[in-house]
Amino acid sequence: MLNRYPLWKYLVICLVLAVGVIYALPNLYPEDPAVQISAASGAEAIDQQDLDRATSALENAGITPKSGELNGSTGLIRLTSNDQQLRAKELISETLGDDAIVALNLADATPSWLASLGASPMKLGLDLRGGVHFQLEVDMDAAVKQRLEVNASAIKETLREERIRYRGSEVDDGTLSLTFSDEEDRSKARSLISRDFQNFEYDERDVERGAVLDLTLTAAAVKEIQDYAVNQNLTTIRNRVNELGVSEPLVQRQGPNRIVVELPGVQDTAAAKRVLGATANLEFRLEAASDTPASEMESFAFRNQPSRTANIMKDVIISGDSVSSASTSFDESGRPQVNINLDGTGGSIMNRVTRAAIGRNMAVLFIEHKTRTRTVMEDGEKVEKRIPYTEKGLISLATIQSALGNSFRITGLDSPTEAKELSLLLRSGSLAAPIYFVQERTIGPSLGAENISRGILSVELGLLLVVLFMLARYKAFGVVANVALTANLAILIAAMSMLGATLTLPGIAGIVLTLGMAVDANVLIFERIREEMRSKMPLHQAVHTGFERAFTSIVDANITTLLVAVILFSIGSGPVKGFAVTLSIGILTSMFTAIMVSRGIINLAIGGKTLKKLWI
Amino acid sequence: MRQFDFMSKRRAAFIVSIVLTIVAIGALVIHGLNLGLDFTGGTLVEVKYQAAPALDSVRQTLEAAGYKDVSVQTFGASNEILVRLQQSFEAGIGNDIVAHLQATGDSVNLIRAEFVGAQVGDQLRDQSGLGMLLALAVVMVYVAFRFQYKFALGALISLGHDVIILLGIFALFGLDFDLTVLAAVLAVIGYSLNDTIIVYDRIRENIRKSRTDHMPSIFNDAINATLSRTLSTSGTTLLVLLALYFLGGDMIHNFAIALIIGVVAGTFSSIYVAAALLLVVGLKRVDLIPPPKEQFEDGAP
Repeated sequence: MLNRYPLWKYLVICLVLAVGVIYALPNLYPEDPAVQISAASGAEAIDQQDLDRATSALENAGITPKSGELNGSTGLIRLTSNDQQLRAKELISETLGDDAIVALNLADATPSWLASLGASPMKLGLDLRGGVHFQLEVDMDAAVKQRLEVNASAIKETLREERIRYRGSEVDDGTLSLTFSDEEDRSKARSLISRDFQNFEYDERDVERGAVLDLTLTAAAVKEIQDYAVNQNLTTIRNRVNELGVSEPLVQRQGPNRIVVELPGVQDTAAAKRVLGATANLEFRLEAASDTPASEMESFAFRNQPSRTANIMKDVIISGDSVSSASTSFDESGRPQVNINLDGTGGSIMNRVTRAAIGRNMAVLFIEHKTRTRTVMEDGEKVEKRIPYTEKGLISLATIQSALGNSFRITGLDSPTEAKELSLLLRSGSLAAPIYFVQERTIGPSLGAENISRGILSVELGLLLVVLFMLARYKAFGVVANVALTANLAILIAAMSMLGATLTLPGIAGIVLTLGMAVDANVLIFERIREEMRSKMPLHQAVHTGFERAFTSIVDANITTLLVAVILFSIGSGPVKGFAVTLSIGILTSMFTAIMVSRGIINLAIGGKTLKKLWI
Repeated sequence: MRQFDFMSKRRAAFIVSIVLTIVAIGALVIHGLNLGLDFTGGTLVEVKYQAAPALDSVRQTLEAAGYKDVSVQTFGASNEILVRLQQSFEAGIGNDIVAHLQATGDSVNLIRAEFVGAQVGDQLRDQSGLGMLLALAVVMVYVAFRFQYKFALGALISLGHDVIILLGIFALFGLDFDLTVLAAVLAVIGYSLNDTIIVYDRIRENIRKSRTDHMPSIFNDAINATLSRTLSTSGTTLLVLLALYFLGGDMIHNFAIALIIGVVAGTFSSIYVAAALLLVVGLKRVDLIPPPKEQFEDGAP
């Protein structure tokens, strides 16, 4: 029987349409501007009392919140307009003090019956809601150098234990060079090192009055170090972003050595950059004793007293990586201090070393990796050069009274702010390698709002124009195509919401473009039907053949467009990816609606009836 | 239904295409593409004034404040100003610039501040060129596989034609070529190919079922049969693109322009370039219908 669908096909169509409508619906409820309150680490969880205090502070200032709710340990206060957000954030910060982290947020306004089905609106990209986008690059050379230096300390320790004497050591350009007085020592050292340390390639060369052993990391080891550096930095930055108290942040690896950070709602980029990019670390070392050879010690100035210096050992007891928690407080005389707890290994190393060094001084060295950017002329072109440098300074030198354990405190800091940032950095972990900002975008909230309203307007007008065009051209069949088109829009939005895709401005452009192109399949089918009618084919037969013949054209044409969209996705970044996702989903949904849905409607209307005329 | 004799005018169409392509290549060579921040690297700050300021005085204010290589232009509305700096980014440069501009007594708001490192720009440029070539190659392989290599050649040349004309117009008028425009160019490749394939599909079908070997008349039939579809789809697509152009806002302006150019060029090329090229490369009936196997070969004495 021509032009009749079995019942199951109608059911499939109805089911897909129902799912599409339900999951597209949440996008019709605009999100509420809101302020999110969470507890600072170490502080007590936010409770109803805090929430009430915040709400009444807002009411006193003339801001009437829409609602306040408590989800677990975080509070959320919804507001009625965007303008109130910043003021409300300040007020709540003042009221609740340092124990609470207050962040701007957009809260879902999805009705509970939809939310219970798992439906939620599309997330808005930064270009639609305002915020900061950073792209950071991890300095791979520095990561390798740092690892070599750590290895160098350990190798020297081993050599000393085995009483093999070396005259000097140097780390330069990815190579660790050890100098020995003769070849015999060198070959002993080489067999010892290759027993204890894998991952090295060896090279021997003779210099005046000595034999040099060059150690270079193998390619596999370098790759592993670099992977580790990026992943470690990713974790650290994630921790820091959490400490910043931004709601719905995004921290993601991109490519081999880049990290993308998106902070919606953040406008103060300077503060965010300072915390994200800080590469401060601490090292704990012993002060040099009077009999320490010069090659084993280094001299550093104090950070707050540059004229005063001290000689300390080159060997590091532990570094900031071993810190498990850190907090700030004030000592008896009101100076800021940082209380530190070490992890198990760090604690036992600290204990072992200090037990044998009671009476000696322990130095706390503050290390910060920084870069200067300089523009230089090279081959007639301006090239940006980054010159990394390290600032090291002592923050304290104190006598070890007794063996130290897992917890102790550091004094000698300049200000409470410095103490606070240091403890934050110690808590969130240090960066395994220095990072640079290679891209930054700040989008003001007003631009975001304007982009949304303009985007919605162009979707509406585009849809209207296409609907009118199809009605004028294909009459009754135009109505069918328009129903299919509307269904396509709903399913497209539902699919994007379900996939958790982020809606960006180019994404909206993709939706608009999809609307224009989505009718293509229907146009192809209808033109084919008209053609078959002109060649005097019976009407039912014409409809059937029209759908049949147009099918291969539709599939061929759409698959090629889909291929291009996939390539676009793989090379694009950020907003362009959004466009590619929209385009790909749009192609798939439009094939379904143009072929299945419109066929279903037509079959329902004409199937099994005697036709005198087709309104096409 | 009126039948147009497209193929008889193919020489005139070729001349138009070749002239346009040469002009486009000339514009690309002489002017080059006006690459946006995404590809060149640098710093860009967009601010909004209450009332339209004099661009020269804005530039002078910033140069007096010590910024070098400042370029100032309006962006969309006359009171929205785009400031480009070649120097590297400093934290909070957007707010600094707003502060300098406000010091002259105007009311200025920061809309956005962007910074792209030079290296990122270079990388993106290479990657994008590669992506475009990859897209063309993949599409060609698909067409060769589904149709025949002569079709793939025709499709490739007609796609190249559309992309070169599109890029040429951007170079000629100095329009900003940024990442969203690149996305539009790839979308144009997809769209134009879509059009071309519909026509090719019909040509293949007509060659298989017709009894004549006169290719131009087969092509004419195929193009005429798909003509109203081609115009309808281009029409609806152009309608939504116009909506996007007029309402979508400044950030999407060039994106819409690129697609409008692309759709017009793509429609023209799918009729004239792609189909007419099949005549040039000498498509024959046997290319699509394998000759019948000679079954008596073995039985010969």
